[in-house]
Amino acid sequence: MSAGPLKIKVPLSREDVERLRAGDVVRLTGTLITGRDAAHKRMVELLEKGEKLPVDLKGQVIYYVGPSPAKPGEVIGSAGPTTSSRMDRYSPRLIAEGLTGMIGKGYRSEAVVEAMKKHRCVYMGALGGAAALIAKSIKRSEVLAWEDLGTEAIRRMEVEDFPAIVIIDADGNDLYKIGREKYQKTA
Amino acid sequence: MAIREIRAEAITEAVRRMVIEANTDIGQDILGAFEKAKQTEESPLALSILDQIEENADIAAREKMPYCQDTGFACFLVEVGQDAHVTGGGLEDAINEGVRRGYKEGYLRASILSDPIERKNTKDNTPAHIHTELVPGDRIHIKFSAKGGGSENMSQSKMLKPSDGLEGVKEFVVKVASEAGPNACPPIIVCVGIGGTFDRSALLAKKGIFREAGKPNPIPFYANLEQELLRKINDLGIGPQGLGGRTTALAVHVEAFPCHIASLPVAVNIQCHAHRHREVAL
Repeated sequence: MSAGPLKIKVPLSREDVERLRAGDVVRLTGTLITGRDAAHKRMVELLEKGEKLPVDLKGQVIYYVGPSPAKPGEVIGSAGPTTSSRMDRYSPRLIAEGLTGMIGKGYRSEAVVEAMKKHRCVYMGALGGAAALIAKSIKRSEVLAWEDLGTEAIRRMEVEDFPAIVIIDADGNDLYKIGREKYQKTA
Repeated sequence: MAIREIRAEAITEAVRRMVIEANTDIGQDILGAFEKAKQTEESPLALSILDQIEENADIAAREKMPYCQDTGFACFLVEVGQDAHVTGGGLEDAINEGVRRGYKEGYLRASILSDPIERKNTKDNTPAHIHTELVPGDRIHIKFSAKGGGSENMSQSKMLKPSDGLEGVKEFVVKVASEAGPNACPPIIVCVGIGGTFDRSALLAKKGIFREAGKPNPIPFYANLEQELLRKINDLGIGPQGLGGRTTALAVHVEAFPCHIASLPVAVNIQCHAHRHREVAL
Protein backbone atom coordinates (compact mmCIF):
# COMPACT_ATOMS: atom_id res chain seq x y z
CA MET A 1 0.00 0.00 0.00
CA SER A 2 1.35 3.43 -0.94
CA ALA A 3 2.24 6.06 1.67
CA GLY A 4 0.52 9.10 0.17
CA PRO A 5 -2.23 9.30 -2.45
CA LEU A 6 -1.14 8.83 -6.08
CA LYS A 7 -2.12 11.67 -8.39
CA ILE A 8 -3.77 10.04 -11.38
CA LYS A 9 -5.25 11.54 -14.57
CA VAL A 10 -8.64 10.41 -15.84
CA PRO A 11 -9.46 9.01 -18.34
CA LEU A 12 -6.74 6.53 -17.35
CA SER A 13 -3.67 6.02 -19.49
CA ARG A 14 -2.86 2.44 -20.53
CA GLU A 15 0.19 2.61 -18.24
CA ASP A 16 -1.92 3.62 -15.23
CA VAL A 17 -4.43 0.83 -15.86
CA GLU A 18 -1.55 -1.66 -15.63
CA ARG A 19 0.32 0.12 -12.84
CA LEU A 20 -2.52 0.65 -10.35
CA ARG A 21 -2.69 -2.03 -7.65
CA ALA A 22 -5.45 -3.03 -5.22
CA GLY A 23 -4.96 -0.87 -2.11
CA ASP A 24 -3.53 2.17 -3.91
CA VAL A 25 -5.01 5.39 -2.56
CA VAL A 26 -5.54 7.78 -5.48
CA ARG A 27 -6.66 11.32 -6.25
CA LEU A 28 -8.20 11.56 -9.72
CA THR A 29 -8.10 14.66 -11.90
CA GLY A 30 -9.73 15.02 -15.32
CA THR A 31 -13.00 13.77 -16.78
CA LEU A 32 -15.38 11.10 -15.54
CA ILE A 33 -18.69 10.03 -17.00
CA THR A 34 -21.53 8.94 -14.72
CA GLY A 35 -24.28 6.38 -14.93
CA ARG A 36 -26.19 4.09 -12.60
CA ASP A 37 -29.02 1.55 -12.77
CA ALA A 38 -31.39 3.04 -15.35
CA ALA A 39 -28.62 4.33 -17.67
CA HIS A 40 -26.85 0.95 -17.59
CA LYS A 41 -30.05 -0.83 -18.52
CA ARG A 42 -30.62 1.52 -21.47
CA MET A 43 -27.02 1.33 -22.68
CA VAL A 44 -27.00 -2.44 -22.78
CA GLU A 45 -30.43 -2.56 -24.44
CA LEU A 46 -29.09 -0.27 -27.20
CA LEU A 47 -25.95 -2.39 -27.67
CA GLU A 48 -28.03 -5.56 -27.89
CA LYS A 49 -30.08 -3.97 -30.67
CA GLY A 50 -26.82 -3.10 -32.44
CA GLU A 51 -27.37 0.63 -31.97
CA LYS A 52 -24.87 3.35 -31.02
CA LEU A 53 -24.53 4.68 -27.49
CA PRO A 54 -25.08 8.41 -26.85
CA VAL A 55 -21.57 8.48 -25.38
CA ASP A 56 -18.43 6.67 -26.54
CA LEU A 57 -17.21 4.51 -23.65
CA LYS A 58 -13.83 3.73 -25.18
CA GLY A 59 -11.12 4.58 -22.67
CA GLN A 60 -13.58 6.19 -20.25
CA VAL A 61 -13.96 5.86 -16.48
CA ILE A 62 -17.56 5.60 -15.26
CA TYR A 63 -18.71 6.75 -11.82
CA TYR A 64 -21.82 5.17 -10.34
CA VAL A 65 -23.60 8.17 -8.85
CA GLY A 66 -27.03 9.74 -8.61
CA PRO A 67 -26.30 13.19 -7.19
CA SER A 68 -28.66 15.22 -5.05
CA PRO A 69 -29.93 18.42 -6.75
CA ALA A 70 -27.51 21.35 -7.05
CA LYS A 71 -28.41 24.49 -5.10
CA PRO A 72 -28.50 27.69 -7.16
CA GLY A 73 -24.95 28.70 -8.05
CA GLU A 74 -23.50 25.29 -7.12
CA VAL A 75 -21.92 22.82 -9.58
CA ILE A 76 -23.63 19.81 -8.05
CA GLY A 77 -25.30 18.58 -4.88
CA SER A 78 -23.89 15.78 -2.77
CA ALA A 79 -22.43 13.07 -4.96
CA GLY A 80 -21.17 9.87 -3.32
CA PRO A 81 -21.01 6.42 -4.95
CA THR A 82 -23.88 3.96 -5.16
CA THR A 83 -23.62 0.17 -4.77
CA SER A 84 -21.79 -1.28 -7.77
CA SER A 85 -23.21 -4.80 -7.67
CA ARG A 86 -26.46 -3.57 -9.21
CA MET A 87 -24.44 -2.75 -12.32
CA ASP A 88 -22.81 -6.21 -12.45
CA ARG A 89 -25.36 -7.55 -14.88
CA TYR A 90 -24.42 -4.85 -17.42
CA SER A 91 -20.74 -4.12 -16.70
CA PRO A 92 -19.07 -6.97 -18.65
CA ARG A 93 -20.76 -5.72 -21.83
CA LEU A 94 -19.67 -2.12 -21.17
CA ILE A 95 -16.10 -3.18 -20.29
CA ALA A 96 -15.98 -4.99 -23.64
CA GLU A 97 -17.13 -1.72 -25.17
CA GLY A 98 -13.98 -0.05 -23.85
CA LEU A 99 -14.41 1.14 -20.23
CA THR A 100 -11.02 1.23 -18.49
CA GLY A 101 -12.26 2.20 -15.06
CA MET A 102 -15.31 2.02 -12.81
CA ILE A 103 -15.91 3.87 -9.54
CA GLY A 104 -18.51 2.77 -7.01
CA LYS A 105 -18.71 0.91 -3.73
CA GLY A 106 -19.07 -2.72 -2.75
CA TYR A 107 -18.51 -6.17 -4.22
CA ARG A 108 -18.27 -7.06 -7.92
CA SER A 109 -19.29 -10.37 -9.46
CA GLU A 110 -16.84 -12.91 -10.86
CA ALA A 111 -18.07 -12.18 -14.37
CA VAL A 112 -17.17 -8.50 -13.94
CA VAL A 113 -13.70 -9.34 -12.60
CA GLU A 114 -13.11 -11.76 -15.50
CA ALA A 115 -14.09 -9.04 -17.99
CA MET A 116 -11.78 -6.57 -16.19
CA LYS A 117 -8.83 -8.96 -16.48
CA LYS A 118 -9.53 -9.79 -20.11
CA HIS A 119 -10.09 -6.22 -21.36
CA ARG A 120 -7.88 -4.44 -18.75
CA CYS A 121 -10.05 -2.33 -16.49
CA VAL A 122 -9.69 -1.08 -12.89
CA TYR A 123 -12.40 -0.92 -10.20
CA MET A 124 -12.05 1.90 -7.69
CA GLY A 125 -14.02 2.62 -4.54
CA ALA A 126 -15.16 6.07 -3.52
CA LEU A 127 -16.12 6.65 0.10
CA GLY A 128 -19.76 5.64 0.39
CA GLY A 129 -21.77 8.19 2.36
CA ALA A 130 -19.08 10.88 2.18
CA ALA A 131 -21.10 12.65 -0.45
CA ALA A 132 -20.57 16.27 0.63
CA LEU A 133 -16.80 15.74 0.82
CA ILE A 134 -16.67 14.14 -2.64
CA ALA A 135 -18.80 16.93 -4.15
CA LYS A 136 -15.96 19.35 -3.30
CA SER A 137 -13.75 17.64 -5.90
CA ILE A 138 -16.32 18.01 -8.70
CA LYS A 139 -15.61 21.24 -10.56
CA ARG A 140 -18.04 20.95 -13.48
CA SER A 141 -20.98 18.75 -14.31
CA GLU A 142 -23.22 18.57 -17.37
CA VAL A 143 -25.84 16.13 -18.56
CA LEU A 144 -24.57 14.24 -21.63
CA ALA A 145 -27.60 12.08 -22.29
CA TRP A 146 -30.98 10.95 -21.06
CA GLU A 147 -31.98 13.99 -19.03
CA ASP A 148 -35.36 12.28 -18.54
CA LEU A 149 -33.66 9.92 -16.08
CA GLY A 150 -33.18 12.82 -13.65
CA THR A 151 -30.57 11.94 -11.04
CA GLU A 152 -29.83 8.79 -13.08
CA ALA A 153 -28.91 10.66 -16.31
CA ILE A 154 -25.48 10.24 -17.90
CA ARG A 155 -23.23 13.16 -16.93
CA ARG A 156 -19.76 14.37 -17.76
CA MET A 157 -17.89 15.54 -14.67
CA GLU A 158 -14.66 17.48 -14.44
CA VAL A 159 -12.94 16.43 -11.22
CA GLU A 160 -9.91 17.61 -9.31
CA ASP A 161 -8.28 15.38 -6.71
CA PHE A 162 -11.35 13.14 -6.53
CA PRO A 163 -10.61 10.73 -3.62
CA ALA A 164 -10.70 7.00 -4.40
CA ILE A 165 -9.01 3.71 -3.56
CA VAL A 166 -8.19 0.92 -6.01
CA ILE A 167 -10.33 -2.03 -4.91
CA ILE A 168 -9.80 -4.50 -7.77
CA ASP A 169 -6.88 -4.04 -10.16
CA ALA A 170 -6.69 -5.23 -13.77
CA ASP A 171 -5.09 -8.48 -12.58
CA GLY A 172 -8.04 -9.24 -10.29
CA ASN A 173 -6.38 -8.55 -6.91
CA ASP A 174 -9.18 -7.56 -4.50
CA LEU A 175 -8.64 -5.21 -1.54
CA TYR A 176 -11.94 -6.31 0.04
CA LYS A 177 -10.48 -9.82 0.42
CA ILE A 178 -6.95 -8.73 1.35
CA GLY A 179 -8.10 -6.15 3.92
CA ARG A 180 -10.68 -8.35 5.58
CA GLU A 181 -8.34 -11.35 5.91
CA LYS A 182 -5.78 -9.16 7.61
CA TYR A 183 -8.13 -8.04 10.39
CA GLN A 184 -10.40 -11.07 10.75
CA LYS A 185 -10.36 -12.75 14.19
CA THR A 186 -11.38 -16.38 14.22
CA ALA A 187 -13.25 -17.60 17.29
CA MET B 1 -59.08 13.07 29.71
CA ALA B 2 -60.00 15.84 27.30
CA ILE B 3 -59.18 15.58 23.62
CA ARG B 4 -56.20 17.69 22.60
CA GLU B 5 -56.18 19.18 19.12
CA ILE B 6 -53.06 19.29 16.96
CA ARG B 7 -53.14 21.14 13.67
CA ALA B 8 -52.11 19.24 10.54
CA GLU B 9 -50.11 22.28 9.47
CA ALA B 10 -48.02 22.06 12.67
CA ILE B 11 -47.20 18.44 11.81
CA THR B 12 -46.23 19.41 8.25
CA GLU B 13 -43.95 22.17 9.51
CA ALA B 14 -42.27 19.91 12.08
CA VAL B 15 -41.66 17.27 9.42
CA ARG B 16 -40.33 19.79 6.89
CA ARG B 17 -37.81 20.98 9.43
CA MET B 18 -36.81 17.48 10.59
CA VAL B 19 -36.11 16.03 7.16
CA ILE B 20 -33.77 18.90 6.25
CA GLU B 21 -31.98 18.87 9.61
CA ALA B 22 -31.51 15.12 9.79
CA ASN B 23 -30.13 14.94 6.25
CA THR B 24 -27.58 17.73 6.66
CA ASP B 25 -26.62 17.71 10.32
CA ILE B 26 -25.73 14.19 11.44
CA GLY B 27 -26.47 13.74 15.14
CA GLN B 28 -24.08 13.92 18.10
CA ASP B 29 -24.81 10.27 18.85
CA ILE B 30 -23.21 9.03 15.65
CA LEU B 31 -20.37 11.57 15.81
CA GLY B 32 -19.60 10.23 19.30
CA ALA B 33 -19.62 6.69 17.91
CA PHE B 34 -17.05 7.67 15.22
CA GLU B 35 -14.75 9.14 17.89
CA LYS B 36 -15.09 6.03 20.03
CA ALA B 37 -14.31 3.81 17.05
CA LYS B 38 -11.09 5.71 16.41
CA GLN B 39 -9.85 4.70 19.87
CA THR B 40 -9.93 0.99 19.00
CA GLU B 41 -9.26 1.01 15.26
CA GLU B 42 -5.88 -0.46 14.30
CA SER B 43 -5.79 -0.09 10.52
CA PRO B 44 -4.21 3.17 9.28
CA LEU B 45 -6.40 3.10 6.15
CA ALA B 46 -9.52 2.58 8.31
CA LEU B 47 -8.52 5.50 10.52
CA SER B 48 -8.14 7.73 7.47
CA ILE B 49 -11.61 6.64 6.31
CA LEU B 50 -13.09 7.53 9.71
CA ASP B 51 -11.39 10.94 9.50
CA GLN B 52 -12.90 11.52 6.06
CA ILE B 53 -16.34 10.49 7.31
CA GLU B 54 -16.04 13.09 10.08
CA GLU B 55 -14.83 15.71 7.61
CA ASN B 56 -17.84 14.91 5.43
CA ALA B 57 -20.17 15.39 8.42
CA ASP B 58 -18.55 18.73 9.10
CA ILE B 59 -18.89 19.98 5.50
CA ALA B 60 -22.51 18.81 5.32
CA ALA B 61 -23.49 20.58 8.54
CA ARG B 62 -21.59 23.77 7.73
CA GLU B 63 -22.81 24.12 4.16
CA LYS B 64 -26.26 22.58 4.72
CA MET B 65 -25.52 19.91 2.13
CA PRO B 66 -26.85 16.37 2.34
CA TYR B 67 -24.43 14.12 4.29
CA CYS B 68 -25.13 11.46 1.65
CA GLN B 69 -26.62 11.97 -1.82
CA ASP B 70 -29.04 9.15 -1.05
CA THR B 71 -31.29 11.18 1.20
CA GLY B 72 -33.32 8.09 1.77
CA PHE B 73 -36.77 6.71 2.00
CA ALA B 74 -38.44 9.05 4.51
CA CYS B 75 -39.30 6.62 7.32
CA PHE B 76 -41.55 7.65 10.19
CA LEU B 77 -42.48 5.99 13.43
CA VAL B 78 -45.41 7.95 14.84
CA GLU B 79 -46.73 7.38 18.34
CA VAL B 80 -50.20 8.88 18.43
CA GLY B 81 -51.68 9.55 21.84
CA GLN B 82 -55.24 8.23 21.87
CA ASP B 83 -56.45 11.59 23.24
CA ALA B 84 -54.83 13.59 20.42
CA HIS B 85 -56.93 14.74 17.48
CA VAL B 86 -55.47 16.03 14.21
CA THR B 87 -57.44 18.97 12.80
CA GLY B 88 -57.38 20.59 9.38
CA GLY B 89 -56.27 17.48 7.50
CA GLY B 90 -55.15 13.88 7.86
CA LEU B 91 -52.04 12.74 9.73
CA GLU B 92 -50.47 10.91 6.77
CA ASP B 93 -51.24 13.73 4.33
CA ALA B 94 -49.65 16.20 6.76
CA ILE B 95 -46.48 14.10 7.02
CA ASN B 96 -46.26 13.60 3.26
CA GLU B 97 -46.68 17.34 2.69
CA GLY B 98 -43.81 18.00 5.13
CA VAL B 99 -41.63 15.51 3.22
CA ARG B 100 -42.59 17.14 -0.10
CA ARG B 101 -41.67 20.62 1.15
CA GLY B 102 -38.55 19.61 3.05
CA TYR B 103 -37.01 17.55 0.26
CA LYS B 104 -37.63 20.35 -2.25
CA GLU B 105 -36.45 23.24 -0.06
CA GLY B 106 -33.46 21.31 1.27
CA TYR B 107 -32.29 20.21 -2.22
CA LEU B 108 -32.58 16.61 -1.08
CA ARG B 109 -32.72 13.84 -3.66
CA ALA B 110 -36.06 12.35 -4.69
CA SER B 111 -35.55 8.58 -4.68
CA ILE B 112 -39.07 7.17 -4.51
CA LEU B 113 -40.78 5.39 -7.41
CA SER B 114 -44.56 5.29 -7.72
CA ASP B 115 -44.54 1.60 -8.59
CA PRO B 116 -41.84 -1.04 -8.00
CA ILE B 117 -42.24 -2.54 -11.47
CA GLU B 118 -43.05 0.51 -13.59
CA ARG B 119 -40.29 2.49 -11.76
CA LYS B 120 -41.31 6.12 -12.38
CA ASN B 121 -39.91 8.69 -9.93
CA THR B 122 -42.57 10.65 -7.99
CA LYS B 123 -40.04 13.53 -7.96
CA ASP B 124 -40.84 14.76 -4.44
CA ASN B 125 -39.72 11.74 -2.40
CA THR B 126 -43.29 10.89 -1.39
CA PRO B 127 -44.95 8.78 -0.24
CA ALA B 128 -43.14 8.48 3.06
CA HIS B 129 -43.02 5.12 4.85
CA ILE B 130 -45.18 5.76 7.91
CA HIS B 131 -45.80 3.39 10.79
CA THR B 132 -48.24 4.60 13.46
CA GLU B 133 -48.84 3.21 16.92
CA LEU B 134 -51.63 4.22 19.24
CA VAL B 135 -50.33 5.02 22.74
CA PRO B 136 -51.77 6.52 25.93
CA GLY B 137 -51.69 10.33 26.26
CA ASP B 138 -52.64 13.36 24.20
CA ARG B 139 -49.44 14.04 22.25
CA ILE B 140 -48.09 12.95 18.90
CA HIS B 141 -44.48 11.81 18.95
CA ILE B 142 -42.94 11.79 15.46
CA LYS B 143 -39.68 9.94 14.85
CA PHE B 144 -37.99 10.35 11.47
CA SER B 145 -35.10 8.49 9.87
CA ALA B 146 -33.76 8.93 6.31
CA LYS B 147 -33.06 5.36 5.21
CA GLY B 148 -30.57 4.77 2.42
CA GLY B 149 -31.21 2.12 -0.22
CA GLY B 150 -27.73 0.58 -0.24
CA SER B 151 -27.88 -0.60 3.36
CA GLU B 152 -31.59 -1.45 3.13
CA ASN B 153 -30.77 -3.87 0.30
CA MET B 154 -28.40 -5.83 2.54
CA SER B 155 -31.13 -6.51 5.14
CA GLN B 156 -32.56 -10.01 5.62
CA SER B 157 -35.08 -11.90 7.70
CA LYS B 158 -35.57 -15.55 8.54
CA MET B 159 -38.06 -17.76 10.34
CA LEU B 160 -35.76 -19.82 12.56
CA LYS B 161 -36.86 -23.00 14.33
CA PRO B 162 -37.28 -22.69 18.12
CA SER B 163 -34.59 -25.41 18.41
CA ASP B 164 -32.12 -23.04 16.69
CA GLY B 165 -32.33 -20.99 19.88
CA LEU B 166 -30.17 -18.08 20.89
CA GLU B 167 -27.15 -19.53 19.06
CA GLY B 168 -29.16 -19.65 15.84
CA VAL B 169 -30.14 -16.01 16.29
CA LYS B 170 -26.52 -14.92 16.83
CA GLU B 171 -25.31 -16.94 13.87
CA PHE B 172 -27.92 -15.41 11.56
CA VAL B 173 -27.24 -11.81 12.65
CA VAL B 174 -23.47 -12.20 12.16
CA LYS B 175 -24.04 -13.89 8.77
CA VAL B 176 -26.17 -10.96 7.57
CA ALA B 177 -23.54 -8.43 8.68
CA SER B 178 -20.84 -10.53 7.01
CA GLU B 179 -22.71 -10.73 3.71
CA ALA B 180 -23.45 -6.99 3.81
CA GLY B 181 -19.67 -6.45 3.73
CA PRO B 182 -18.65 -3.25 1.95
CA ASN B 183 -22.02 -2.81 0.20
CA ALA B 184 -23.86 -1.32 3.17
CA CYS B 185 -21.35 1.52 3.73
CA PRO B 186 -19.73 0.33 6.96
CA PRO B 187 -19.26 1.21 9.76
CA ILE B 188 -22.86 0.09 10.09
CA ILE B 189 -25.51 -0.12 12.79
CA VAL B 190 -27.05 -3.58 12.90
CA CYS B 191 -30.73 -3.39 13.84
CA VAL B 192 -32.21 -6.69 14.94
CA GLY B 193 -35.82 -7.74 15.56
CA ILE B 194 -36.40 -11.01 17.41
CA GLY B 195 -39.81 -12.62 17.87
CA GLY B 196 -43.33 -11.52 16.99
CA THR B 197 -44.60 -12.65 13.61
CA PHE B 198 -42.97 -12.61 10.14
CA ASP B 199 -43.82 -8.90 9.66
CA ARG B 200 -43.46 -7.89 13.30
CA SER B 201 -39.82 -9.03 13.43
CA ALA B 202 -39.01 -6.73 10.50
CA LEU B 203 -40.76 -3.82 12.21
CA LEU B 204 -38.83 -4.49 15.43
CA ALA B 205 -35.60 -4.39 13.44
CA LYS B 206 -36.67 -1.19 11.68
CA LYS B 207 -37.22 0.50 15.06
CA GLY B 208 -33.45 0.39 15.50
CA ILE B 209 -32.97 3.11 12.87
CA PHE B 210 -34.83 5.57 15.09
CA ARG B 211 -32.73 4.80 18.17
CA GLU B 212 -29.80 6.89 19.37
CA ALA B 213 -26.65 5.10 18.16
CA GLY B 214 -25.48 2.63 20.79
CA LYS B 215 -28.22 3.34 23.34
CA PRO B 216 -28.70 -0.05 25.00
CA ASN B 217 -31.90 -2.07 25.12
CA PRO B 218 -33.46 -1.44 28.58
CA ILE B 219 -33.61 -5.18 29.30
CA PRO B 220 -30.15 -6.29 30.57
CA PHE B 221 -30.30 -9.65 28.75
CA TYR B 222 -30.78 -7.90 25.40
CA ALA B 223 -28.28 -5.15 26.23
CA ASN B 224 -25.68 -7.90 26.82
CA LEU B 225 -26.68 -9.63 23.60
CA GLU B 226 -26.15 -6.33 21.75
CA GLN B 227 -22.59 -6.10 23.11
CA GLU B 228 -21.81 -9.71 22.31
CA LEU B 229 -23.12 -9.37 18.74
CA LEU B 230 -21.13 -6.15 18.30
CA ARG B 231 -17.91 -7.95 19.29
CA LYS B 232 -18.62 -10.85 16.95
CA ILE B 233 -19.42 -8.53 14.03
CA ASN B 234 -16.29 -6.46 14.60
CA ASP B 235 -14.22 -9.66 14.64
CA LEU B 236 -15.24 -10.17 11.00
CA GLY B 237 -12.50 -7.68 10.03
CA ILE B 238 -14.62 -6.00 7.34
CA GLY B 239 -13.81 -2.53 8.65
CA PRO B 240 -14.85 0.94 7.47
CA GLN B 241 -15.91 0.76 3.79
CA GLY B 242 -14.97 -2.94 3.80
CA LEU B 243 -11.25 -2.21 3.39
CA GLY B 244 -10.30 -4.15 6.53
CA GLY B 245 -10.25 -3.04 10.15
CA ARG B 246 -11.76 -3.30 13.61
CA THR B 247 -14.76 -1.04 13.00
CA THR B 248 -17.34 -2.96 10.99
CA ALA B 249 -20.27 -1.93 13.19
CA LEU B 250 -20.70 1.00 15.56
CA ALA B 251 -23.65 -0.49 17.41
CA VAL B 252 -26.18 -3.31 17.50
CA HIS B 253 -29.78 -2.42 18.36
CA VAL B 254 -31.97 -5.34 19.41
CA GLU B 255 -35.74 -5.29 19.98
CA ALA B 256 -37.74 -8.34 21.04
CA PHE B 257 -41.44 -9.27 21.22
CA PRO B 258 -43.45 -12.33 22.35
CA CYS B 259 -43.92 -15.00 19.73
CA HIS B 260 -45.76 -18.24 18.86
CA ILE B 261 -44.67 -21.60 20.32
CA ALA B 262 -43.74 -22.78 16.82
CA SER B 263 -41.74 -19.72 15.79
CA LEU B 264 -38.48 -17.86 16.22
CA PRO B 265 -38.54 -15.02 13.66
CA VAL B 266 -35.40 -12.89 13.27
CA ALA B 267 -34.97 -9.83 11.07
CA VAL B 268 -31.88 -7.72 10.50
CA ASN B 269 -32.20 -4.20 9.10
CA ILE B 270 -28.79 -2.80 8.22
CA GLN B 271 -28.21 0.91 8.75
CA CYS B 272 -25.23 2.67 7.12
CA HIS B 273 -22.99 5.17 8.91
CA ALA B 274 -25.39 7.89 7.69
CA HIS B 275 -27.60 7.28 10.74
CA ARG B 276 -29.81 10.33 10.10
CA HIS B 277 -32.66 10.66 12.53
CA ARG B 278 -34.64 13.25 14.48
CA GLU B 279 -37.71 13.23 16.67
CA VAL B 280 -40.26 15.71 17.95
CA ALA B 281 -43.25 15.59 20.29
CA LEU B 282 -46.24 17.77 19.42
